[in-house]
Amino acid sequence: MSFGPHLLLATLEGLVTAAVLALTALGLSLVFGVMRVVNVAHGEFFMLGAVLAWAFSTLVTGHPALGFLLALVLSPLVVGLVALVAERLVLRRLNYNPESTIVATIGLLYIIQQSVLTFYGPEARPVVAPFSYRIMLPWFGYSGYKLFVIAASIALIAATWLVLTRTRIGLVMRATQYDRETAQSFGIPVDRVYAGVFALGAMLAAVAAVLIVPIQQAHYLMGLDPLLLSFIVVIIGGLGSLRGTVVAALLIGVSDGVISVFFSPTLAKMLATFLVAMVLVFRPQGLFGTTAR
Amino acid sequence: MSDLLVIDRVDVFYGDLQVLHQVSLTLKQGEVLCLLGRNGAGKSTLLKTIMGLVPARAGSIQLGGTELTTMPAHEVPRAGVALVPQGRRLFAEMTVAENIEIGLMARGKGRATREAVLDLFPLLRERLKQSSGTLSGGEQQMLDMARALCVEPDVLLLDEPTEGLMPSMIAKIRDTVVELRRRGVSTILVEQRVDAVLSVADRAAFLENGRNRETVDIDTLRADPAAIRRYVGVG
Repeated sequence: MSFGPHLLLATLEGLVTAAVLALTALGLSLVFGVMRVVNVAHGEFFMLGAVLAWAFSTLVTGHPALGFLLALVLSPLVVGLVALVAERLVLRRLNYNPESTIVATIGLLYIIQQSVLTFYGPEARPVVAPFSYRIMLPWFGYSGYKLFVIAASIALIAATWLVLTRTRIGLVMRATQYDRETAQSFGIPVDRVYAGVFALGAMLAAVAAVLIVPIQQAHYLMGLDPLLLSFIVVIIGGLGSLRGTVVAALLIGVSDGVISVFFSPTLAKMLATFLVAMVLVFRPQGLFGTTAR
Repeated sequence: MSDLLVIDRVDVFYGDLQVLHQVSLTLKQGEVLCLLGRNGAGKSTLLKTIMGLVPARAGSIQLGGTELTTMPAHEVPRAGVALVPQGRRLFAEMTVAENIEIGLMARGKGRATREAVLDLFPLLRERLKQSSGTLSGGEQQMLDMARALCVEPDVLLLDEPTEGLMPSMIAKIRDTVVELRRRGVSTILVEQRVDAVLSVADRAAFLENGRNRETVDIDTLRADPAAIRRYVGVG
């Protein structure tokens, strides 16, 4: 394959990574932006989403799309419910203290991970893609499902953006993010906003996992990579900034795809880590981040 | 006239440190009560306690017979209290219109309230789409007051609203307080500027080290400003 088509293939693979990463990181970014909670268990919500996707997809016989659709609807809902329970039982009792919640979410990480290991097992299990159509380009054929993943992620990110910027719920979330105390003094029930945001963050991770699991397979340790990459993305983009998250996910995802193909995946990870270090030194709030009261 | 707001022997702590000791005050409908005292006397803390943002460990705060200290903080504005905090704590990344919308949402007010408030501050009408963080200091203070007035409060708490403003803006804020009094809104005003206090307040209450000292009619204070010298150190 000549250089041009090779670059196109690498870019497409990078865009798939970027799309899923943007969704996952957006959840992490929202939770930190609004609640100031660093959710170390975020990757486990991703993993739980994938494992539940496998479980729901096996409930339905017939066309794979039916099982996938069921997983796409139910898996994020169940993960959101788990997050809601965790928020009520753990984070709220800690009064969302930043240091305490880091330790608490590390505990949550192990509880979810080991529960999945106990009840699901150590095997990696595949979920069948809802369709297997290949788009034939002049130089190579490319998975139609992967293009669907990109399109679905764009649609979900756009929907999140619309909710944040065009609805009353979004207004309330942004007010809580900018100044919790002032928000309260204008009748905003901050505790309820926090619960909703924590569930929404987990659901975004779960949706991302359902989308990627036909490509990757569900495994009880699959939460670590999305967690680390999400942290890289939100540090570069700026915690709490939707625009920054999308830009940083594109930067990391596409560069990862291109550099991995032309050089090595290790070099791609090295460059991403170097970029994080540079951002932390020269612009600690991230490329698009702001400081909150 | 009966008391609208009754603060009765309130104790407040920051951790182990007691910052308000048995503070008691009353506020009648349509009255402007000025809180005076040196920095650290507990004026802002008292306003935050009324709003439920700082919990009272003892005592009671009643608005029209409804106890506020047992309410979650987000329900206090629904009961009819609004705060204009010190230092213009606008949602700076939001537009003027969005800040006003937040105020309207507190008690479910709509277009009529919005228009009435914008009539009070016509300059804001021209800035609705502008990010509030880019407004001048005076415009930001107007927006802070407009946002609070969108609550249609029975009691308005103003924490040093004229701080750092030029004279024309101070006059505008004073006129607004007078207009609100005419409409029956009760106001607690924390203010360092003695001239502003004397021109708008009905009574003045002095706090010192978190304790009530004197509460005097403004005419009495005009005639004998000794209390101002004693508790504020100016005049």
